[in-house]
Amino acid sequence: MSASGAAMTAGRTEGVTSLQRFTRRRSTIAFLMTLPLIAVIGGLVVYPAGYAMYLSTLNRRMTEFIGLEQFAILLDTDTFWMVIAQSCIFAISAVFLKAAIGFWLAHMLHDIPAKGQRKWRGMLLVPWVIPPALSTLGWWWMFDPSYSSINYLLNVFAVPSVPWLGEPWWARTSVIIVNVWYGAPFFMIMYLAALKSVPEQLYEAAAIDGATGFQRLRYVTLPMMRNIISITILFSLIVTFANYDIVRVLTNGGPRDLTHVFATYAFQVGILSGNVPRGAAVSLFMFPLLAIFAYFVLRGVTRRNKEES
Amino acid sequence: MDQGFTRRDMLRAGAGAAIVAGGTTLTAPAVHAQATTTLRCGFWDHWVPAGNGIMRELCAEWGRNNRVDVQVDFITSVGNQNLLTIAAQAQARSGHDILSFPTWEPSAHARLLEPVDDIVGRLIAKYGPINPTAEYLAKREGAWRAIPAVSGSQHKPSLARFDLLQQHAGLDVRAMYPAEDRLGPGVDQWNWATFLTAAERCAAAGFHFGLPMGSFTDAVDWVGAFFRSHNAKFIDENGQVTVRRDPGVRAGLEYLVRLARFLPNDVWAWDDASNNRALISGRSALIFNPPSTWAVAKRDAPAVAEKCWTFPMPAGPAGRFTPYLPYFWGIWSFSRNKGPAKGLLEFLSDRTSADRQTTTSSGYDIPPFGSMSNFDIWRTEGPPTGVVYNYPLKPHHQAQQSIAFAPAPAEIAVQAYNQAINTKLVARVAQGGETIDQALTWAERELRNFARG
Repeated sequence: MSASGAAMTAGRTEGVTSLQRFTRRRSTIAFLMTLPLIAVIGGLVVYPAGYAMYLSTLNRRMTEFIGLEQFAILLDTDTFWMVIAQSCIFAISAVFLKAAIGFWLAHMLHDIPAKGQRKWRGMLLVPWVIPPALSTLGWWWMFDPSYSSINYLLNVFAVPSVPWLGEPWWARTSVIIVNVWYGAPFFMIMYLAALKSVPEQLYEAAAIDGATGFQRLRYVTLPMMRNIISITILFSLIVTFANYDIVRVLTNGGPRDLTHVFATYAFQVGILSGNVPRGAAVSLFMFPLLAIFAYFVLRGVTRRNKEES
Repeated sequence: MDQGFTRRDMLRAGAGAAIVAGGTTLTAPAVHAQATTTLRCGFWDHWVPAGNGIMRELCAEWGRNNRVDVQVDFITSVGNQNLLTIAAQAQARSGHDILSFPTWEPSAHARLLEPVDDIVGRLIAKYGPINPTAEYLAKREGAWRAIPAVSGSQHKPSLARFDLLQQHAGLDVRAMYPAEDRLGPGVDQWNWATFLTAAERCAAAGFHFGLPMGSFTDAVDWVGAFFRSHNAKFIDENGQVTVRRDPGVRAGLEYLVRLARFLPNDVWAWDDASNNRALISGRSALIFNPPSTWAVAKRDAPAVAEKCWTFPMPAGPAGRFTPYLPYFWGIWSFSRNKGPAKGLLEFLSDRTSADRQTTTSSGYDIPPFGSMSNFDIWRTEGPPTGVVYNYPLKPHHQAQQSIAFAPAPAEIAVQAYNQAINTKLVARVAQGGETIDQALTWAERELRNFARG
């Protein structure tokens, strides 16, 4: 035993309690330092989610446990099936368009010389930094059933007015347009960052091999951006499925519930109609599907990272 | 020295003086009327800015007289902030002592509301009966769970351009419903059949009736009153869904599909402000709304406001019904100040306080007692003078208040109301192209599921 080891042994026996040893452990210190974050996540994420799950198992008056009955009732409701369909149409089409437009904008920006790029980047980010409830109100004024400014312009060119919010397909299109307008800059900035990290040598090598522009995109850019594309799509899909303010402000779910998404329908059922357990069931409905989707996407990202390393 | 004044007397006198002095000190707050209780109230943030001022004033007045510190918050209904506040306080069992509850909330939170039969009993003894719609909404399991409020309660009768109705539909509504306690000529013809003809003629002249058909309350309310006047029940008192076999629903639905042809083609997306804008902009001849629309027109479009007139809804086979959207004042059962809270609410409900609230809101607020339908403000407000005379229901109107989906049990009716089953039923046929039977089948299934769970 070395001298220091002997001293340590002596120390253990001479007044260093097990509590002191416990608090000196690195894992204990790490735990204590992350405790505030754990408390925040526990209080603001785990507890509300758990409470929502608990609520969804109660009856309308919240006096009795009824298991999964609220989910069974929802699946027996025509309106809820429309909400599922609309949520899928809304989220998938909006995320696809946001990703496509963001990808295109990122390439456009990437090709602009660095000097002028900053102002374009700033301007294109504006929709994303305005609070969505506020910007949606602006869109609502443009789509207003009776006094639409877009219709005014169309009428100037002898184009008939469009029932932006009054006719189901136009109303669906309108909420998707606003969501894409709001969300595309997020994709753009993420893709731009990913593009900047693609080594220039790869493009040079591809050019030497005689690759066309499409081939460079297909065999260099996309593989290098695959992880960021997966994560942004996953993130955006979750956020878009949970979207509330755009539909609430623009259409309130109408006409005939054909623009409702899970969050707006959950609010209508739970808060406005006083059926909190069923509202909780609506809001939780997509949770398992999104969790499975997230699991596979993140697993793919992890695998690719391992392969690359 | 007086022989009778001994050392013992001296001590006794000193002790008495000390007690008097001490007593004075101890009772000082009472003498100087300092508040010993704090009462926290969350009232509805009134559309009319002065509507908050009068509530604050009345509360301060009562607080001074009763040595209670009354703290007043105003909670907006914009973005359903008031509903969220109520839901949060109900979950937390903590918050204000008194809250303003919108139409359906007293029944939704009945278990957490202190019964107020004692106050309501005294008020009824003084002012006569409360209207049955307010009773339906506030009474659960035989007890009044909240007091029908003055501030915020509204009717939604016809509010029309009398010049346009006279010119294009041949209806002189000012003669039919003058600003007096009598009916004029033509009232017996003011029914839904006449209404349809008038809607068609005004639409042909470019002045559509501005009747929303979306999922907001203005739409649900007028369609609810319409169905009520056809004796149509979607759900009966026992919670049985009757929508498919009720002849009133079918007849009403057929009528509304015909009427929809004469409405603007975007009414399916209208919100509660769209009809107001239609009237104020001069595009519409008639809407169903409280006089707030007229008040805005008085400020922004005085030429339009001068030609407005308020009068009851058309009559149907079952009578004449006016949409009624009351607020309620309720006391949480977890409040620690139930006594003072009851005292304040009784004070706010008395005739003088009600008159002050209604007058300050330019006649917007409707008290729950029929005996309070004669406040001066409704006679004097203008221009034109008497524009809101017929806004409160008066005995000679031979009309009743209604709320959509009554008399269904409130916990089912509230879901049907907030999910606008009645207007969606019409929209499915008139806009969606479904047959009446298909639409009724859909409504039946939705309503049945509201009763489940």
